[in-house]
Amino acid sequence: MKLARTHTTVSVERALLRMAGLTGADAERIPWVNHLVDAVRDQVGIEHGVALPVWDALVRGEAPDLLTLAQLSASGSVTLRLPEGRDATRAAAAARRAAGAGVRTIDRRRAERDRLVKRLGDPPRRPWIYLIVATGDIYEDIPQAKAAARGGADVIAVIRSTGQSLLDYVPEGATREGYAGTYATQENFRLMRAALDEVGKELGRYIRLTNYASGLCMPEIATLAGLERLDMMLNDSMYGILFRDINPVRTFVDQRFSRQVHARAGIIINTGEDNYLTTADAVEAAHTVTVSQLMNEFFAKEAGLANWQLGLGHAFEINPDLPDSFRLELAHALLARELFPDAPLKWMPPTKHMTGDVFRGYLLDGFFNLAGALTGQSILLVGMMTEAVVTPFLSDRDLALQNVRYVMDAAGGLCEDFHPPRDGFIQTRARQVLAEAIDLLDRIVDDGMLNAIGDGTFGLMKRPADAGKGLAGVAKRAPGYVNPAIDLLEEGATR
Amino acid sequence: MSGAIVRPYGDTTGDGMVQVSFTLPLPHDKRAEGAALQLAEKMGLAPALLVHAKAMGPDFTFFVVYGSVTHLVDVDAVTVVPREFPLLSAKEVNAAIKSPLRRKLLVVGACIGTDAHTVGIDAILNIKGFAGEKGLEYYRELRVVNLGAQVLVPELVERARAERADAVLVSQVVTQRDAHIHNTTQMSAAFREAYPAGTAPLLVAGGPRFDESATAALGVDRVFGKGTTPGEVASFLVHALAPLPAARTP
Repeated sequence: MKLARTHTTVSVERALLRMAGLTGADAERIPWVNHLVDAVRDQVGIEHGVALPVWDALVRGEAPDLLTLAQLSASGSVTLRLPEGRDATRAAAAARRAAGAGVRTIDRRRAERDRLVKRLGDPPRRPWIYLIVATGDIYEDIPQAKAAARGGADVIAVIRSTGQSLLDYVPEGATREGYAGTYATQENFRLMRAALDEVGKELGRYIRLTNYASGLCMPEIATLAGLERLDMMLNDSMYGILFRDINPVRTFVDQRFSRQVHARAGIIINTGEDNYLTTADAVEAAHTVTVSQLMNEFFAKEAGLANWQLGLGHAFEINPDLPDSFRLELAHALLARELFPDAPLKWMPPTKHMTGDVFRGYLLDGFFNLAGALTGQSILLVGMMTEAVVTPFLSDRDLALQNVRYVMDAAGGLCEDFHPPRDGFIQTRARQVLAEAIDLLDRIVDDGMLNAIGDGTFGLMKRPADAGKGLAGVAKRAPGYVNPAIDLLEEGATR
Repeated sequence: MSGAIVRPYGDTTGDGMVQVSFTLPLPHDKRAEGAALQLAEKMGLAPALLVHAKAMGPDFTFFVVYGSVTHLVDVDAVTVVPREFPLLSAKEVNAAIKSPLRRKLLVVGACIGTDAHTVGIDAILNIKGFAGEKGLEYYRELRVVNLGAQVLVPELVERARAERADAVLVSQVVTQRDAHIHNTTQMSAAFREAYPAGTAPLLVAGGPRFDESATAALGVDRVFGKGTTPGEVASFLVHALAPLPAARTP
């Protein structure tokens, strides 16, 4: 935790510039925020934060505004310095004014959501139905997302192009090219938000929009999400480290900032515990899910998120050939429910044991839906029978929604009647997983968090603290570090 | 059985019964149902039986069709890639490496391109393995370096050189617009460029979308498709690499 407060990263600094309203990119589509942060890094270093050098240059009249300054910096025709004394005070005040405007926009977006939810209404029941759209082309995504909402989806997630988490910049503009997903850009966010508002009005229900604040640019993407009124963001404290080999320090620093933004923007985070179960065995590793949920909760609370914003994840990934696999699933799902009674838990469908036998897959998804109903899950990611075969057909999505509707209509209230006996199979198993989780937490406390990650405790992946992608963009903060975005978020101030 | 001709089996030999489902971009009405039957007929279903039609929104209709296909399958004309190597147990693999090579075989594995799905490479490499077989890490005479997902081709080549890899395993699971083919040919070309002719490590590509007969087109030594187990890969590595010294002296 200390790590996150004593370091900064290029992406945190770029997020400040985005909050201050700097947008756009050069002809080669490299964003201006990257140019300006790189210029500061080259000339004075980022350990003091970019706020002082950048707004000092503006106060000195090097350029009339932020955009011009960034453009000049790209051609190398700006001299940046670290101001001292009164110059520093003046630069810090100017930076705070600029960042304050962004924070107030985020506040306005949040108030707008509250208004719309009040007017249009929340989904009629829990769990909320969460559906993924991913064509690579935002203009294809929009009609599909609208169709999904009309078909019963309450939450639309636009999955990102798989390459994006390792890009050290946020692409610009509306995009039509992506692999197995659509790029997260401010313009794509805006287009999809407008489309879902439109269909929400038609349906009389507020349709939530989800994207991903992960990878090397999560502070910036979180900021854009706040500015464009996204409602949920995938945001896991360790996912990038374990599954994308991003440097642990970079991740913890970026995480903290992005979660502070989410807290302020009223965004629900979704954590990625499902991923542990796809790489490790879902029974043996059940306790690592619990540990990760507890850690995600801890990091989230520390960054100012409230219980209602913690979409902690878990998944239905036990091998269906295992005897009692469904009872084990119920035990794990109920454990999460009871440990986090006020969190909007996100329940994720089978992927690992979807074999290509779509008929069996459809049955498995039905059991997944039933487990979700029985254990009172809050957000249900709709499973596709063609998981691991193709990107879902229109008909796959329709069939999947029928499956969910049938189970919820037939058994949605069953969680009221479902109280497994005290010393029965389910409660015993839940206690066992909890005990293993506590053991593991004890070991992590003794060993240190970074060592635990380095040793491969989670998802069987070993990630040392001094390796991984994005390490070059990390700097230890110098005394006198200034970042008005962080100050405003921590103080809860607006100017 | 030679000269065998077969037809699909529904509930009686030779009935030819199959089921298909598909969506047409038409609103659900009589005309759409007629269109579905027309398609079924063109697919070789005669007679075709439209058992289910359902509107999906205002512009699409989903159909389930049963019918007897008119096509015959000539079993003799089927071509498959036969397994060109014997299947060995872990013990036999270790023994086959140990005596002729007198060192461990070094295997570098990675998921290349933007594919972030390591399930395939992990199933083959991780001790945990797949389908009840332990992965290559379990083999005493193999040393495995698993680079994980989204590895860049130059990074893979560099690592393979640094580790003096005997074999490079590349996995592609989720793919769109033939990215798996593009990535794999790019990878094999990079290895050919980086190594003097004939000295590149053994290149193996694997993933559910690969065609096992495409080795030449992909520029690799072996392609493994869906359902491949670690034992098969290990046996192939031994077949391709371990007997080499002996094979060179006729």
